[in-house]
Amino acid sequence: MARIGVFVCHCGSNIAATVDVAKVAEEAAKMDHVVYATHYIYMCSTPGQELIQQKIKEYRLDRVVVAACSPRMHERTFRKATAQGGLNPYLMEQANIREHDSWVHAEIPVATEKAIDIVRMAVAKAAGLTPLEETRVGITKRCLVIGGGIAGVQAALDVAEAGYEVVIVEREPSLGGHMAQLDKTFPTLDCSACILTPKLVDAAQHPKIKLYTYSEVVGVKGFVGNFQVTIRRKPRYVDASLCTGCGICWNNCPLRPREQEDGTVKGGIPSRFEAYIGRRAAIYVPFAQAVPLVPVIDTEHCTYFVKGGKCGVCKLKCPRGAVNFEQTEELVTEPFGAIVVATGYDLFDARACGEYGYGRYPDVITGLELERLMNASGPTHGHVLRPSDGRPPKTVVLVSCVGSRDEKIGRPYCSAVCCMYLAKYAIMLKEHDPEVEVYNFYMDIRAAGKDYDEFTRRAIEQYDAHYLRGRVSQVYERDGKLVVEGVDTLLGRPVEIEADLVVLATGLTAPAGARELFQTLNISYNQYEFVNEAHPKLQPVETNTDGIFLAGCVTGPKDIPASVAQASAAAAKVVGVLSKEELVSSPMVAEVNERECVACRLCVQVCPYKAIEMARTRRGKEVARVNPSLCKGCGLCVNACRGAAINLKGFTDQQLVGQVAALFAEPLFEEEERG
Amino acid sequence: MTRLAYYPGCTLETTAREYDVSARIASREIGLELVELEGWTCCGASSGHATQYELSLALPARNLRLAVEQGFSALVAPCAMCYARMRHTVHDLRDPALRARVNALLDAPWEGDVQVHSLVDLFSQEENLALLREKRQRDLSGLRLVAYYGCLLVRPPEVLSPDDPEYPTMLDRILQAAGATLVDWPLKTECCGGSISLSRTDIALELTRKLLEGAIRRGANGLVTACPMCHANLDMRQGQINRRYGTDFHLPIFYFTQIVGLATGHGVKELLLDRHLTDPRPLLAEAGIRS
Repeated sequence: MARIGVFVCHCGSNIAATVDVAKVAEEAAKMDHVVYATHYIYMCSTPGQELIQQKIKEYRLDRVVVAACSPRMHERTFRKATAQGGLNPYLMEQANIREHDSWVHAEIPVATEKAIDIVRMAVAKAAGLTPLEETRVGITKRCLVIGGGIAGVQAALDVAEAGYEVVIVEREPSLGGHMAQLDKTFPTLDCSACILTPKLVDAAQHPKIKLYTYSEVVGVKGFVGNFQVTIRRKPRYVDASLCTGCGICWNNCPLRPREQEDGTVKGGIPSRFEAYIGRRAAIYVPFAQAVPLVPVIDTEHCTYFVKGGKCGVCKLKCPRGAVNFEQTEELVTEPFGAIVVATGYDLFDARACGEYGYGRYPDVITGLELERLMNASGPTHGHVLRPSDGRPPKTVVLVSCVGSRDEKIGRPYCSAVCCMYLAKYAIMLKEHDPEVEVYNFYMDIRAAGKDYDEFTRRAIEQYDAHYLRGRVSQVYERDGKLVVEGVDTLLGRPVEIEADLVVLATGLTAPAGARELFQTLNISYNQYEFVNEAHPKLQPVETNTDGIFLAGCVTGPKDIPASVAQASAAAAKVVGVLSKEELVSSPMVAEVNERECVACRLCVQVCPYKAIEMARTRRGKEVARVNPSLCKGCGLCVNACRGAAINLKGFTDQQLVGQVAALFAEPLFEEEERG
Repeated sequence: MTRLAYYPGCTLETTAREYDVSARIASREIGLELVELEGWTCCGASSGHATQYELSLALPARNLRLAVEQGFSALVAPCAMCYARMRHTVHDLRDPALRARVNALLDAPWEGDVQVHSLVDLFSQEENLALLREKRQRDLSGLRLVAYYGCLLVRPPEVLSPDDPEYPTMLDRILQAAGATLVDWPLKTECCGGSISLSRTDIALELTRKLLEGAIRRGANGLVTACPMCHANLDMRQGQINRRYGTDFHLPIFYFTQIVGLATGHGVKELLLDRHLTDPRPLLAEAGIRS
């Protein structure tokens, strides 16, 4: 026989108003195994906890049942009290007579009877409890940051500043992400590159930060504190240890773009960094302040690779002998304790909205293209010129919500930044040319950030941008002009504007390859391939996988201040993991009875945490084995196991059956006694 | 020969007889055997679909069921209105509860297993375009044509599944294969005002004017459609438009099947090209097509 103490809580009047707590304690005292039962106004209070500790000693209790609120509220509190009373904390069973009883019933006799049943079940389960030991594992004190945009770089700097080693993996040749492509940033209009590049340099020079640019994460194993991550380092065909970034190679590449006397450009390959409106050589750095300043060879276009060795000018000209056509891809596997996913976004492909004619008319451009046109280091040296004829536009129409808030194309979400960057364009276009007329078709103006609405008002009032509330129905070309047809819903009239340039505010989408990476990391994402937060409000930078954190647009569209704030939040979470000496994991995990296991692998398939792997016993029998550090104790495998070979510790079949059997043992009251 | 149930609908029997005649001729040329559905009745495009929702589905469903009973797996409705009504029926009746309500109105239930085509989607299939190129006998390069789709062939896209609802090219590709000089233009799917042609003629005139002007501005000398409603509006109202706006439009409006018929060597009279209100014969003569 066990020696069980039952502690019934009043929870002020939360329980005691509906449940006769004295009666519950009185009935509990009569149950098998119970040697002591009492009730108290607040079990979770310090005197309540002391009461438990004291009675454990006084009555030599070996199990504790606390009848109170949900275990989600105070299980940890009562386990601690039990431990302080000298027992293994997992010998405490909590009976929920609040959420499951007093809060959902109105009549005292019924609620009291149910409370007694719940306590009886808890007592039966408690009698079968066994002591469980928490497992402790060491921690690799290194952090991996996936993505080298502003969010990733900020997270890396913060973690490194706290004293931990960081590796940034970036798939493009340079750090910087989309922020490096922007001209100015709202609402302060400071130069994007000027505020970003110092951070990139800081990251590159930080003794605790290592950069893997032009690299991708291809495999993730392990668990919080002990991840093993495999990274593919794509060949740059340039030896970074020899290269000085002098530029002789890209300035001599036969495929380089050449500016003509009339200002037009011949040759070159459309540059991704220049939103494909500027051009680069086949060996290139994406932009002048690239970090690292080491070029890569684009093997799709490079003559040496396309025509089998028939060029090699760059190799010939390089004074350091850094060009190496024989370089091959390299796979490296490194240990990490925590991971920050900051993979950012891509822009919606406006060709999916045929009505705007993007891709058909050269003077219909995206916001990112306008950024590059406005930027002094862009293809037009900062002059806003129409792509079709190189002339400055006099009438510009801005179209909001292209690929955002549009059910028709399966993008119902708001992209969060477009209203603001369109206001920025309205201001900047006027700054470039005060004669230009700017029209902005909008749905609503969403300017909720600090100084955002003021910024928009400035565009309208001070810069005289024409804001038209309504959608554009179509854009087409007529005699060299773009005809923009739309509606002004405030006037209730169709509008037709003859424009020289149309700028589409393309929305934000998940980047290519996001889904594959999230599957590799085993983190969940929504139908738009944005990662789900562990809790949308209270755990916004955490995932459902311990040790994997989030920053920036990986969870959905965000502006720069929000991305940076998240990056620092994620860094704080990383430091929280790495600063511990060891990690304690819950012992309430699944366990395979290896003698019963028939290696059917069903449990491996159903496990959402990839916590079960196949292994061999010492005698060579194939069995499923649970990694207790990954197991969350959800119980899916227990139910899936056909041979009942898996048990969840703390919720074994035996304990649960005992609990249910107790419910049907004997009715406490006769029917007529009920109120 | 591919055998298909042919649903002419009321318009092709009356005001759009030239579409019916040319559709049969053009289809024969590319090996489509059109067999007129026996016992066909109204598709509900005129007043039926505005009267009651279930009725709007029951009327086409009856005809679709006839096609199944007569052993066809596919039905073609050249008229854009009939085509749209039938596609809506197939689409909406995937809902079992709705299907039960509609079937209660029918003497025999519709179970939904026939493909509904427009002539445009059949002709624009790659193998049919290739056949058309082979069968070409006459040079149509003097015809500079814009392809006009209107609304009913392409919208709503989830029901009609066109190649691109905002910038379709099905009809363009047919005209190219027929050897006409294709003129690209942006007003392919703009509204012609057909649905308000009688109730708000003023708006219909303005919309039609914009289309005629847009086509001419691009250098077209003819406009091609696949919808009897668009055809009626564009062909018939040019005089009214000229009076009201002081313009001088004489832009021939063709059914695409007439262009296919011309390309494959059929005669002007055979294709009933003498029936249009805006007479295309001067243009055809100019382009070297005299009979």
